This record gives sequence, structure tokens and C-alpha cells, in this order.
Amino acid sequence: MSTPNSPTLDKHSSALDAAENTASHLITVTLRVRRFNPEVSAEAEWVDYRLPIDPKERVLDALHKIKWEIDGTLTFRRSCAHGVCGSDAVRINGRNRLACKTLIKDINPEKPITVEPIKGLTVLKDLVVDMDPFFQAYRDVMPFLITKGNEPTRERLQSAEDRERFDDTTKCILCAACTSSCPVFWNDGQYFGPAAIVNAHRFIFDSRDEGGEQRLEILNDKDGVWRCRTTFNCTDACPRGIEVTKAIQEVKRALITRRF
Amino acid sequence: MQIHKYDTVIVGAGGAGMRAAIEATKRSRTAVLTKLYPTRSHTGAAQGGMAAALANVEEDNWEWHTFDTIKGGDYLVDQDAAEILAKEAIDAVLDLEKMGLPFNRTPEGRIDQRRFGGHTRNHGEAAVRRACYAADRTGHMILQTLYQNCVKEGVEFFNEFYVLDQLLTEVDGVQRSAGVVAYELATGEIHVFQAKSVIYASGGTGKFFKVTSNAHTLTGDGQAAVYRRGLPLEDMEFFQFHPTGIWRMGILLTEGARGEGGILRNKDGERFMEKYAPVMKDLASRDVVSRAIYTEIREGRGCGPEGDHVYLDLTHLPPEQLDAKLPDITEFARTYLGIEPYTDPIPIQPTAHYAMGGIPTNVQGEVLRDNTTVVPGLYAAGEVACVSVHGANRLGTNSLLDINVFGRRSGIAAADYAHANDFVPLPEDPAAQVEAQVERLRSATGNERVSDIRRELQECMDANVMVFRTEQTIKTAVEKIGELRERYLNVSIQDKGKRFNTDLLEAVELGNLLDLAEVMAVSALARKESRGGHYREDYPNRDDVNFMRHTMAYREVDATGAESIRLDYKPVVQTRYQPMERKY
Repeated sequence: MSTPNSPTLDKHSSALDAAENTASHLITVTLRVRRFNPEVSAEAEWVDYRLPIDPKERVLDALHKIKWEIDGTLTFRRSCAHGVCGSDAVRINGRNRLACKTLIKDINPEKPITVEPIKGLTVLKDLVVDMDPFFQAYRDVMPFLITKGNEPTRERLQSAEDRERFDDTTKCILCAACTSSCPVFWNDGQYFGPAAIVNAHRFIFDSRDEGGEQRLEILNDKDGVWRCRTTFNCTDACPRGIEVTKAIQEVKRALITRRF
Repeated sequence: MQIHKYDTVIVGAGGAGMRAAIEATKRSRTAVLTKLYPTRSHTGAAQGGMAAALANVEEDNWEWHTFDTIKGGDYLVDQDAAEILAKEAIDAVLDLEKMGLPFNRTPEGRIDQRRFGGHTRNHGEAAVRRACYAADRTGHMILQTLYQNCVKEGVEFFNEFYVLDQLLTEVDGVQRSAGVVAYELATGEIHVFQAKSVIYASGGTGKFFKVTSNAHTLTGDGQAAVYRRGLPLEDMEFFQFHPTGIWRMGILLTEGARGEGGILRNKDGERFMEKYAPVMKDLASRDVVSRAIYTEIREGRGCGPEGDHVYLDLTHLPPEQLDAKLPDITEFARTYLGIEPYTDPIPIQPTAHYAMGGIPTNVQGEVLRDNTTVVPGLYAAGEVACVSVHGANRLGTNSLLDINVFGRRSGIAAADYAHANDFVPLPEDPAAQVEAQVERLRSATGNERVSDIRRELQECMDANVMVFRTEQTIKTAVEKIGELRERYLNVSIQDKGKRFNTDLLEAVELGNLLDLAEVMAVSALARKESRGGHYREDYPNRDDVNFMRHTMAYREVDATGAESIRLDYKPVVQTRYQPMERKY
């Protein structure tokens, strides 16, 4: 009744050995955090914090160590701490990332690690930005299934291929890493931005949806998809690995061909 | 202080809150208060699936699902509620599909289904494909789909509003819900929301454990708010430890991994679940698997230098299958452990996952003030509530189901109640308690730090009231929690400001965790039997004669102001299923 032993267990990979190594290797890192609190000062400033940390830990863990052990006033958003809720998008060493998905060892701990709020949205306090304009752009693309006629009794049928067509853009967690990495958005906050377009794409290419024309018209606006300059910052920034620029290109193509 | 008036106020914007909001907004003027942006809620971290006997891929029916749920809950489930859950599951899944949820599909284009722990055909014969899923991000898709539909329905959200108090007013000798008091994180302002009906949908309490799959924000805020107002909490000793959390971190790796064929192995490579559950093996219910893992570890068959974990082995599954069905959890292993799940087994350990207990409700979501009487105008749904459909142990995929079925029911019931009833007058000076609480924390000068007390609480809970418990360990926990509660009175915070004061918020959350941890430990101490997620090594058997009943814990304050916990018990609703020995 017993199954054979797993062949993999006899020869551990070096990666597994490293993962299971319980010896603690604390290193000292410097986090250089952009602080701003209008209750205290109208000026933002960089503040350095030196702390011991295991390089396998996350930047979010480092922020927590500062908040819990050094300075309780440091303010940032976070919730799930493993890259699915989208609360803690920040700029780490000049690149938009989730603090909970970035390990210290993956970002050269020899030099100070800079952490600052994402760009293009008003900073409210420290790493907290005003997310309302971001969510407004999302709401403006009608991010919900639009159908006509009577509902079927059972589920709508959809082939596995049709489901696959928009799979990539269903992964979006609305963290704003893409939109706030976009130079066009930095210069013009009216631009819908990559995240809103990603969420429009998710419905435009869903075979069950009948609102594609409406959404395309919304994105045909002067602040719509044509503002995209294809810099690929958004694709690089996406913590979910969504091919954001490709999705924007597909929406542009759909506007020209009216086929989707 | 601002005062707002709504027919229906919903506290929390995860799956249950938003499912309720979609119904309530159509029927009444509704506000949703949420301490996070809705899409940050922890429903989004659920992975594996949502159970419904659609029978899309093999024979199945809701009666089998009802039975599995009751057996999975070790017969502490209220059977009338379980029947509703299983029956309404089918429409709940179809409703989500019609709202746009992108389920995985069968070759025929129907919603695909897969195996999950404890879900069986014909009362335990074999595993059945009942979990409807979208890769390993089913919770993400549910949260997004519900938020999308909230946008469509124009649901009014108050984001980053933290509810701190439940208002009750006595009218004609009956205590009724009058509204809630909330703290606006952005400004530090206090808001009173007067409402005809209030629905709590604020999630679980997992952050009183150290190794947990729960978000930092899951601090039992709703449970604490009603408990402090003298309302009971039901079955708080029953907490689920999910077998497969990433070792030391607790990050969830879905049971769907085993549903897809993944195997648990000890350091000898042995598929040890064959010894503990000969039929269901790795897909036995979660309490059974978590105990088996710790038994292996205790008997010296754990993996790694300290022998403190086991492996989840996916290496025999084709990489294409992992990519298509389990993309997120394989990425977690790569990101957080630096290993490749195609070729390496994943180090795992049980992780504190889900509160079976909570605010007692009936099947309409109405909150109970004792074993039978409802609090007019007060509702609860989802993990914050205890209906009880999960009993002593929840089956995987039944929580995404619970939030949809009972979120919908409570949304409808609360809005109907708001139609039929008028506002209850607010108590005099309704915000007084919250103002005092916030002011006290902001001006406190004590020498205790929130993070120290929280860490000690979490370590104490992991050590003493986790998978294995004894009278001695639980007493140790009760004593330690008492000491921490004393120390909490001397806590001070560094941020004295009004704007986004998360330092203050964490202090409030810790107060909630301490109260609820104490309720859990005291409830666990009194339950001298083993059932589902509550395993007492000193009472290893289920005792249906003395303990086939729900615990009801009440906060009592005597004339001197001293607090204590009074335990009472409530009968289990049994319909057609007689308790049997539980084997998998």
C-alpha cells in the first residue's frame, strides 16, 4: 500500500538546503526612507535607519522592524504580506515593487536601500499615497461584466481557449505599481493609466462580455490608450507578472480593427 | 465628530461584506465601512476553490455535500445551516459566474471542478470533484468580481474607516442595534453611523498566532466590538490549522495542491498520510492532516536540520499542470524559499488559518444575544460569524462558500429589516467610549510597547493552544494572557498625531487580540474532550454526552469593574445525521 519514496528527497538541491538552513545570518542594512508628515513639517526628508536583519526577510519586515522597534511614527500600508492584496507598493531603489515580495538579499544590502512612496499620486504621510484618483480611473472603464438579454439558468459556457484569452489581466491586484511607474501618468494625472486599461482589457477580451464597444470608446478618449508611449515601465513594475504593455497594445489594436 | 444616517451599515468589505452590500444596496441606503481598501481584504488570499455540488465533472449532489460538511465539523455543525449551505452553494457559484467570475472551464465550457479535503462521494466512499476554482486564485477572483459588482451597483464605501464600537439602545425592554462608531484613519476623526441595521463582516482573528496564513489586519475587530457590549462569542476554542503553510512564514499553500495530486512526505520520503487516513490519505480533513504532521515531527520524522517541518511534494506532477493549476503557490515557493517546486519538495508546517467560532447567528445572519433571542437589527456573516456551518473543523472551500451564501442572506435580511423598522435612538453621547479609548492611547505614557506584547501573545498562543493542547498548556496560556492584559494597560505609542496614525491602530488591534485570545483559551480549557480542531491530549476522545454543544462565552463586569468570562452552552441542531466515529 505504501508508495515509493520520492527520488527528490535523496539528493537535496543546494537551493533546498539553503532554504532549510536555520542558522541565523543577521546582517546590518541601512534603509533610507522618504519621510513626510504635514502635521510635523511641510518638507519631506530622507531618514536612515540601520538595523540587523536576516537577508531572507522582506523589505516589509524591515519596515516593520523600524516601526515596531525604532520609530512607531513610520507609516505605510500593508495587509497580507505575501503579494496578493496590493497594499504595499512602494519605490525600492527607484523601482516600483511590493515591499512584501522583495527580499533583502535580492536587492544588494551592501548599499543603503531607498524606500519612497510610489510616484504620481499625492503623498499623504510617509509611504501612504492618495489612492482615490487611481480607483476613480479604474471605475471609469466600467470594470464589470456587461451582458444583454436573459440570463441562462446554468452558467454561461466559455471554452478553455476563450477563458485563456484574458487570463493574464485577471491577475491584477490594483496595487498601482504599474500606473505609478508610467512617465505619462507622472506628467498627466488625467491619463487613465496602465491599471485601468488592464482591467478594461480583462472584460473587452472576455467572450461573455458585451460591453467592449463602450469601453473602447472610453479609452479612445484623449486621456485614453493613445497616451501610452510603450516604455514598458508598467510591465517591469507589475508584481503579478502581467504583460501590461502587451495588454495596452491589444486594446489599441482592438480600437483600430474593432475586432476583439 | 460627524453623525451619518444609513438604513444599513456593513462593517468590512471582504467577500461576505461585499456580497451583502450588493444585496443591501439594491434594497436600502447602504454604507460599507472598511478599515482597508476593499480589494485588500483577505478573501483575496484564498486559493483553492469554492464547494458546490454542480456535478459538472462527476456525479454529486448537495446531500453528500451536507453530510461531508457535518462530518468534517465533527458533528458540532448545526445541521439545518449546513443543509442551507450545501443547497444554496449551487446558485451561489452560478451567481458569481453570471457576475463575471472567470472560473476554469471543462472541455465542454462548464465550470471545472477539482478534489479537496473531506469532500466525498456517497458519504465517504472516495474523493469527489466538488471545488469550483480559478487556478489557485479563486479567492482573488471572488474578491475582484464582488468589488466589480459593487462598482456596478454604486455601493457606497467608506475606505479606511475602522469600526471600534457597536451601539445598542434599549427600546421597550429590548436591546436593539442603533449603529456603530468608527475612526477615520486619514484624519483621526470619529464618526457615528446611525443605522437601522448593521452587518458585521470583518473577518477572523488569526493574528493572535505567530505562524499564520492570516493578514496583519485580521485582528478580530468585529468580534471584540460586540463582545465588549455583552454579546456572546460562540465556539471560540475551535481554530483551524491549515496543514500546508510555508515553513516558519505561514504563507498558505492551497489544499488544491494535494487535490491536484501533491503528496506530504516525512524525512524518510514516506507518504505518511496513508497511516492516518487510509482512504482519503492527503485529502483527509485539515485537523486530521495537521495532527498527523505534528505527530511525525514529534516522533522524529520531521525534515530539515531541526526536524521541525515536513514536505509538500509536487515534483511528480508535470510542470504544465503546476503552471496551469497552481501558478501562485509555486511562485510563493520560488519567491520566499528560493526553491523550484518542479524539482524540490516544499518545506511546510501547519499554519493558523481560520476561526470556526465567532459571533453567533441564526441562518438569516441575525446575531444572537443568548441561545435563542436575536438582537434586532444586528447581523453577522463570514468568518466573523458562527452560524454554525463549520462546527469543530471547516472543510476546505466551504469558507468561500459561506461568505457568499450567508453574505447574501444577511444582506437581504438586514435591508428587509431596515424597511420594516425605524431608526432606534442613539445612546446619549454615542462616541464617548471610543473618544476615551483613542484619547487614552494617544496620551498614554506607559513603558510597554505594542510590538512586545503582541509578540509575546503570539508566541504564547503558538506554544500552548495550537494543534495539541492539554489542561496545563491552556492554563499557561490563560495566565500569560492575563499578565499581558495587565501590561497592555501600560502601553504607550510614539505617534501622537491624527493623520494616518497606524501606531494607534495597532494598539487598538492588540487590545482586541488580547480579549479574544483570552476567550479562546478559557473556552478551550472548559472543553474537556477532543473534537475537530480542538485536540486535548488529556482528553483524546470526542465526548458527545457532555460536549455535543456549542460554547457561548460572555464578558461579565462586576460591581468593582473586574472583568470575567462566563461560559454557557447551546445545543447543536441535529436533523438527520447521527454522530458517527470520524474516519477518513
